[in-house]
Amino acid sequence: MVPPPARASRDLAHLSDEALLSLVASSDDGALGELYDRFGGVAYGLALRILRDESLAQDAVQEAFLGVWRTADRFLAERAAARTWILTLVHRRAVDLVRREDRRRGEPLEGAPEPAARETVDEEAAVRFQRRVVQEALRQLTPEQREALELGYYGGLTQAELAEQLGQPLGTVKSRMFAGLGRLRELLGQAGLEESVSSS
Amino acid sequence: MSELHSLVAPYALDALDESDERSFEEHLALCERCREELAALREAAAALAYATPAAPPPPQLKQRILEQARSERPNIVPLRRPTAWRAPLGIAAAAAAAIALGLGLWSATRPASGNAFTHVLSQPGAKVSAMGRSGALAVAPDGRAALALSLPRAPSGKAYEAWVIQAGKARRAGLFDGGSETSIVGISGRVPAGAVVAVTVERAGGVDQPTRKPFVTSGATS
Repeated sequence: MVPPPARASRDLAHLSDEALLSLVASSDDGALGELYDRFGGVAYGLALRILRDESLAQDAVQEAFLGVWRTADRFLAERAAARTWILTLVHRRAVDLVRREDRRRGEPLEGAPEPAARETVDEEAAVRFQRRVVQEALRQLTPEQREALELGYYGGLTQAELAEQLGQPLGTVKSRMFAGLGRLRELLGQAGLEESVSSS
Repeated sequence: MSELHSLVAPYALDALDESDERSFEEHLALCERCREELAALREAAAALAYATPAAPPPPQLKQRILEQARSERPNIVPLRRPTAWRAPLGIAAAAAAAIALGLGLWSATRPASGNAFTHVLSQPGAKVSAMGRSGALAVAPDGRAALALSLPRAPSGKAYEAWVIQAGKARRAGLFDGGSETSIVGISGRVPAGAVVAVTVERAGGVDQPTRKPFVTSGATS
C-alpha cells in the first residue's frame, strides 16, 4: 500500500497544495511529507523568528504539521489557500509557545538582529522571490502600520501589550493593524503573489 | 464598527488574549462579514511568514513528524491504490476519493478513474473547494472545471442545473439529475478567476437564468 518513496515524491510534486491536503485528509503521509518539503523551511524560519530558540521552533513546526495531519479534513470548509492555512497553524503554535515560555520580544523587524539562519544557497528560488515581494510590500506601508504588524505578528504580543509598549490607545493599534493588513493584501495582489505561489 | 468587529485584524495576527479570542470566535460564527474579512486579512498575515528568512530545519524533524503522524493514523478504510500510483490520474482519483471521504460521501465503491473531475484534478495547479457539505469543485488553472456532488435524485420534472456566476451574471454550465452516489458534472465552458459555481433546482431541460436561490455554492475561485 505504501508506494516507493522516490516514485511517490516525483508524482506528488505535480499536485497543487490543495490536492495534497485532500490526500493528507485520507491519511497519506507521503502527501504530508511533500507539504513539509514545500513549507517546512518557511515554517521553521517563522517559528525561529518568533521563538528565538531552535528546540522550541522545532516543537512549534512539529505540532503545526501534526495539526495539519489531524485536521486536514476541515480544510475544505476554510476559505483559504492551503499555504495560508498551514502557515496560520504554524504561527498559532509558535505564538502559543512563546506566550507560555514568556520569551516574547518586542523589537521591530529592522531593529532586531536577524535570526542565525541566513538565506541559504539551497533555499528555493520561489521562496526567495516571495520574500522579496513581501518585503517590498512592507516597505510601502507607513512606519506605524509596519511596526504594528511586525510587533503583532513576530513579537507574539497581544494588542493590549502592544498598545502599552507603543504608548498608544488600543483603538489606534487596532486601526493600524487593520489598515496595514488591508494595504498589504492590496499590494501583494498587485504584485501577483497569488499566481507566483500557486504556480511554483 | 462594532467592538467585536474591530478585533478581526488582531485576530488575524494572533494578537488577542484568550478572553478576546473566545469572544471574537463566538462573534465570527454569526457574522458573515467578519468571516469574509478574516479570510482576506489572514492571507496577508500569512504572507508575513515569507518576510523573514526561511531556515532549513534539522533533517531529523521531517522524520519525527512523519513517524508521529503514522503512529496516529486514524482507523479509516484505506484507499486501495496498488497500481493507481503509477499514473497521475490515479493520484487524482485518490484525491477525489479523499474529498469524498472527507465529506462523508464514501461508501464501498470507488469513483471511476478518468472521469471529468479526476481529469481536472490531474492538471498541475488544480484547486479544490468545497460545495457546502454536498461535495467539491475542482478548477484547473486554464478554467476547466468539474463538480463531484452527492445529491438526492431531483424530483420528477426537475433537474439540477449548474451555473458559473461572475459579476452578477449567471451562465448555464450543465444539467444533471443527481441520485447516484457521486454525480460528476463537467462544467461547460471555462470558470474564470473570481467566479463562483452554483447549483439550483430547475425544471427538467433547464432554464436560461436561475429561477431560485442556489442551494449550494462554491467560494470565489482564484
